[in-house]
Amino acid sequence: MADIFELRDIEVWDGNMAASHALRQAQVDVVAAYPITPSTPIVENYASFMANGYIDGEFVMAESEHGAMSCCIGASAAGGRVATATSSQGFALMLETLYSASGMRLPIVLNVVNRAIGAPLNVNGDHSDMYMGRDSGWIQIDCYNPQDVYDMNLVAFRVSEDHDIRLPAMVHQDGFMTSHTAQRVKTLSDDVAYDFIGEFKPMNDMLDLDHPVTHGVQTEEDWHFEHKARQHHALMSAVLPKIQEAFDGLKALTGREYNIVESYTMEDAEIAIVCMGTSVETAQEVSNELRAQGIKAGVVGIRVFRPFPLEQIADVLKGCKAIATLDRSSPNGTVGALYNELAGALFNTGTHAVLTNNIYGLGGRDLTKSSIHTIYRDLQANAQAGSPTTPLQQFIGLRGPKLSFF
Amino acid sequence: MLENGWDTFEIGSILRPFEGSISDAAAILPEDRLYSKSNSFGISVADWRIEKPLFNKNLCIDCQFCWIYCPDMSIISRDKKMVAVDYDHCKGCGICVQVCPTTPKALLMFPEQKDEEAALSEWPKKEKKEAKEN
Repeated sequence: MADIFELRDIEVWDGNMAASHALRQAQVDVVAAYPITPSTPIVENYASFMANGYIDGEFVMAESEHGAMSCCIGASAAGGRVATATSSQGFALMLETLYSASGMRLPIVLNVVNRAIGAPLNVNGDHSDMYMGRDSGWIQIDCYNPQDVYDMNLVAFRVSEDHDIRLPAMVHQDGFMTSHTAQRVKTLSDDVAYDFIGEFKPMNDMLDLDHPVTHGVQTEEDWHFEHKARQHHALMSAVLPKIQEAFDGLKALTGREYNIVESYTMEDAEIAIVCMGTSVETAQEVSNELRAQGIKAGVVGIRVFRPFPLEQIADVLKGCKAIATLDRSSPNGTVGALYNELAGALFNTGTHAVLTNNIYGLGGRDLTKSSIHTIYRDLQANAQAGSPTTPLQQFIGLRGPKLSFF
Repeated sequence: MLENGWDTFEIGSILRPFEGSISDAAAILPEDRLYSKSNSFGISVADWRIEKPLFNKNLCIDCQFCWIYCPDMSIISRDKKMVAVDYDHCKGCGICVQVCPTTPKALLMFPEQKDEEAALSEWPKKEKKEAKEN
């Protein structure tokens, strides 16, 4: 039996340590990993907990991220609680197997410490890897700070393993900005955290030898479509209510409130920034400064990226006159993904809001408060004019001549 | 199967090989196992074949090489005696013929349409050793 790890009520943890402790408290059966910056400390800390007797499960050092996720898939199909972590190029190498995990309905928890994808080679944070995963059939939950990372890992296990869902979940945090920034994290004791997640209940596990089962079967044009439709149906209809239920449970337990869409001073907001990750808190600070000047500014943070909370976002933004979507990933040939999602959410709603797109922060470039002030100034002009006063897509914080499109 | 829709499958890309539970399946002969409808045991792949292996009982020494090497478990053997080829699952790869150690072989490939009686009558004869002079 693993030793209890005595935690203080408030620990000073970076995002990686918060994730490591959440995995430890979940009593994961198998972690198979191939460490990559900036997610390395998650599995490094985990391995040290294990070496020091705090973990009963297995730790598998794989030969690549493809191998790591493949081990996770095998262990999950065998009937264990499974988790791992990755970033960037490693995530890209995992991508093929991510579709297997979701298609096989295996509740694996993957911590993705968001990092740019080269070339040029870059270890710093942006959302390229997170965006790459958005069609993979996984639940994607986004964190803004180490506390979120701790809490969302607990939520991810609970939701993912629910027998009505049985879909893998990614918990995203910004590389370095969250993963390596130590902050105060309010903790749960090992017992309380484990009880919140609940006992792992296997389903169709391969180790049930009296009920043999073939996992990962082949279907062609005859039944493939039906299986994919069933998977999409679960993602679309079951996940958000279960996440809300888990958020409610967490609030009752800790007082910490999370929402599927995090809205900040949006009740009467006329201009709003929609963004993800650490940028949400920076934008909140700027909106406070604008509120002090009497400007009705608000911020919308996406907490659950997949399944995309289309209706909830449309609802939060219904009174807005001008909205900017901030994308921290090179859109490479079109508008940013969040712009597309928001346009999709707002179309047919009767909104007259002006919608624009900012590309920012690639490869860990700082998003400064002054950049956000500039975006809000553009939004004020758009709201007043009732039409875009700038090109639809603008790059911000970029060196050289101003770059914009559409 | 055709009555199934997207909402009637079990979740995940899984299939169950047997109806209900089973224990020690290895001890039950394939024909006696309660295979499920979706098990490939009930599906014939005979039309994948261009050539088929035919079995000449008179030449077989029951060495079981063909049974061991067959990648599709299509050599039917009982009590360590070679009985027949399972033509519903044999894909005609010819490995059984390759590994057959007798001379002439007890298994030979023939065109799919070949009549078994005709094949047996054409089978290469065992060469008689010529008596040594003096």
